[in-house]
Amino acid sequence: MSVSGARVLLHALLLGAAAITLFPLLWMLSVSFMAGGEASAFPPPLLPAHGTLANYRQLFGQQNIGRYLTNSLSLAAMTTLLSLLLNSLAGYAFAKLHFRAREPLLRVLLAALVIPSQVAMLPLFLMMKWLGLVNTYAAVVVPAMAGIFGVFLVRQYALTIPDELLEAARIDGASELRIFTSIVLPALRPILVTLGVFTFLGSWNDFMWPLIVLTDQGLYTLPIALATLSREHVQDNELMMAGAVLTVLPVLALFLSLQRYYIRGILMGSVKG
Amino acid sequence: MRVGYAGWAFAAPALLIITVFFFVPVLSALIVSLTDFDLYALADIRNLRFVGLDNYRQLLHAPQFWRAVANTGYFVAVGVPLSLAASLASALLVNSRLAYFSAFFRTAFFAPVVTTLVAVAVVWRYLLHTRYGLINYALAHVGIHPIDWLGDPHWALPAIILFAVWKNFGYNMVIFMAALHSIPVDLYEAARLDGASRWQELGRITLPMLRPTLLLVSILTVAGYFQLFAEPYVMTQGGPLQSTVSVLYFMYEEGFKWWNLGSASAVAFLLFLMILAVTALQVRLTRDAQAR
Repeated sequence: MSVSGARVLLHALLLGAAAITLFPLLWMLSVSFMAGGEASAFPPPLLPAHGTLANYRQLFGQQNIGRYLTNSLSLAAMTTLLSLLLNSLAGYAFAKLHFRAREPLLRVLLAALVIPSQVAMLPLFLMMKWLGLVNTYAAVVVPAMAGIFGVFLVRQYALTIPDELLEAARIDGASELRIFTSIVLPALRPILVTLGVFTFLGSWNDFMWPLIVLTDQGLYTLPIALATLSREHVQDNELMMAGAVLTVLPVLALFLSLQRYYIRGILMGSVKG
Repeated sequence: MRVGYAGWAFAAPALLIITVFFFVPVLSALIVSLTDFDLYALADIRNLRFVGLDNYRQLLHAPQFWRAVANTGYFVAVGVPLSLAASLASALLVNSRLAYFSAFFRTAFFAPVVTTLVAVAVVWRYLLHTRYGLINYALAHVGIHPIDWLGDPHWALPAIILFAVWKNFGYNMVIFMAALHSIPVDLYEAARLDGASRWQELGRITLPMLRPTLLLVSILTVAGYFQLFAEPYVMTQGGPLQSTVSVLYFMYEEGFKWWNLGSASAVAFLLFLMILAVTALQVRLTRDAQAR
């Protein structure tokens, strides 16, 4: 095959694949602007006859979705900030501060990465119940405040900080906390953005655990509210699509603006060791 | 010495959280799985009895549990190879020296990965709708009669697999792309001087060089696919006729619908053992293939 023939075939394949991956998302957007019942027709319409915001208005009005949006946003923000703080402190310590039992601890943490989080879920629920934290945000935020993956991600990056820099600061009489805030944190900034995006997306998209510990409707996050809504309103496709748009759009926008950082996180996470 | 104290002080908060909210629950799960923890024990802990391996024994004799294992096995056995093939193919296409706009395509292929599973599952449930769904509409053009995707026990799991592949393939694509970048260019140049075709380059250089990445990616993907839950929860609620009940879905119902927490913990451990066993098998097979 000639080079130009190969190039045409290649782009035909690429465009076809991109159409398949993007179509469901674009169609979701399109249907969300349709009038009630419009999408339940054959053949299915691709674009709304008369674009309307009625579905969004209903979601914010009757369905109280603003509440769930706020819940999701504040939960994800709290989790992200707290876990950035704890994971960066620990990741730096494991990389640069020699303390007793550091190496065996590191090995235990690494080995524990293979345990699926669902194994911990049932006793964690009982623990939350005994602590009286079921149906509070603490039940979602507190267990997510630190994670093995986060500690390792920061550690890998912190290993690249030159020891001389830290020693020089120590000789100048800086305290360890001071060294952390004025030298280490600025040096870690890129990886903290990466970890922040990861944590935010993970928390926003999380489903199973919030479904278990947040049973009070006022506390629902967007995915839980959407899942509940979709079980009740099976026929209201247009309304569901608007709900899906509101759920997906914030994370898609965050990803698009910080894509570079997010992808670095995947690559660092996949070449452990 | 000062550094040692600081190290402990810095690591302690994270270690405390991980210990209390991960290690302790994991160990407790093992203990709970050996008890008859149920609604009565939840009300009054004095009703709790130690039952040894009874939960495990009962599960291994329960057809519903085996049904969940079989469904999950099917999802993993079909979904993982399909997903990896899509990831590898798209990585090769986007990485091609001839491709224009590769950054755009990479982003387009990756977009489903960051979307919220529940939201896109709702979208797909609609795409798969028997009467109004666009997938059946498209199939009608090539003469295929409407398929009741999510209502037919034979089609529900394949439909969920299609959805999962669409949602996930971009993740591994990114990893494959990085691995492709790291293959030395001189290998290809030497092959071309020897007159190798593109397919020979793929089979003799690219795939062998990708083998370590392939192993890693398949281990991570298998572990991920074993944790199937939200898809059936949103799209089929385990139906029709239990055909989409996964092990985790089974665990969720056992634990949080029927409040059999002892038995549900045993399910969680069996799932963990299954993942470990398959991972060990993958490592073994790869090692054997390399030894040959």
